[in-house]
Amino acid sequence: MVDPRISVIDDRVRKVGRIIAVSSGKGGVGKSLLASTLALILAGKGYSTGLFDLDFTSPSTHVILGLKETRPLEDRGIIPPVVHGLKYMTIIYYSGGRATPLRGIDFSNAFIELLSVTDWGELDFLILDMPPGIGDATLDVIRLMRKPGFLIVTTPSPLAFETVKKLIGMLRELDIPIVGVVENMKTGFSNIQQEYRKLNVKFLGEIPYDPAVEENLGNVDRLLKTVFAKEAEKLLEHLTG
Amino acid sequence: MHEWALAESVIKTVLRIVDEKGIRKVTEIKIKIGEMQQLEYEVFREALVQLKPVELKDAEFIIEVAETEFKCRTCGLKWLFPKKELGEDVLEAIHFLPEVSHAYLKCPRCGSPDFEITGGRGVWIESISGVEKNG
Repeated sequence: MVDPRISVIDDRVRKVGRIIAVSSGKGGVGKSLLASTLALILAGKGYSTGLFDLDFTSPSTHVILGLKETRPLEDRGIIPPVVHGLKYMTIIYYSGGRATPLRGIDFSNAFIELLSVTDWGELDFLILDMPPGIGDATLDVIRLMRKPGFLIVTTPSPLAFETVKKLIGMLRELDIPIVGVVENMKTGFSNIQQEYRKLNVKFLGEIPYDPAVEENLGNVDRLLKTVFAKEAEKLLEHLTG
Repeated sequence: MHEWALAESVIKTVLRIVDEKGIRKVTEIKIKIGEMQQLEYEVFREALVQLKPVELKDAEFIIEVAETEFKCRTCGLKWLFPKKELGEDVLEAIHFLPEVSHAYLKCPRCGSPDFEITGGRGVWIESISGVEKNG
């Protein structure tokens, strides 16, 4: 019994320039917001960009993007719909927003299925919104995707540092490229930057806590005008350079 | 039709196996398609035939549909894919992504969404018959 799907995964992302996994050891640090915002900014600057929400059990990028009723097209595969200039894939197209509890094997199967049938076409960037931690999604991205770079999101909290440290350690051991660490939701002073420097990881910058983000979820134009988005834009040099 | 994408994956995988095992002439490729994925049988077969490369010119495709079975992880009940009880939209969603069955199906006995798909999920290559290079 052989699963044929894995053999075509590379073909489906062959014309993708760079795969960036927006990741963290911890939940609630703003991964989905940063992944969506970076993808929107890249698309706005003329880079052909895809966004793939890999948080299958708790997807949220569709809320950030204010997704309207839409589904992928079929043409010898699945063509992701273009949403605000992004080729966008989410399990929401199929789960309809219902709770979709998945164990590891189900996650892997769903991921392999979507990777093997989704035709991303030519892209400069494919941004992956990762679920938190070093579980199934992280392991499968490393196992199945060609050369992903991990952009790691953290907060000033030592709790986030504790988990992110493990993610960094694992990526290092596996020799997976780390784009760098972004400190999100910054309020006041923190010395977390020094801690990351000690780990010899590139510190890409800090983004202040911005309450305007929550008020503008679903409204992409207004979201891109927030302080959060303006600070996120400064990270682009690390992706495009 | 995403049947084409799956057919392409079958052909590519068969070619890899044929190469690895040193099979000189492939005579039969047996493929199972899980009932829950509801692939359009004729479209899938046509895609396989159209995509068939010269290395597989003598191969016959045998396609069989496998019954989908579930097993509840909570109470242990086993049951079959309740196709007739599901609406068109739900069937279509499961066709594209069988795992979203966890959004729409529950164990008929205890109501748990924590079940295993124990058989008949997607597409797999059951066997490849042929003549080995040194045979």
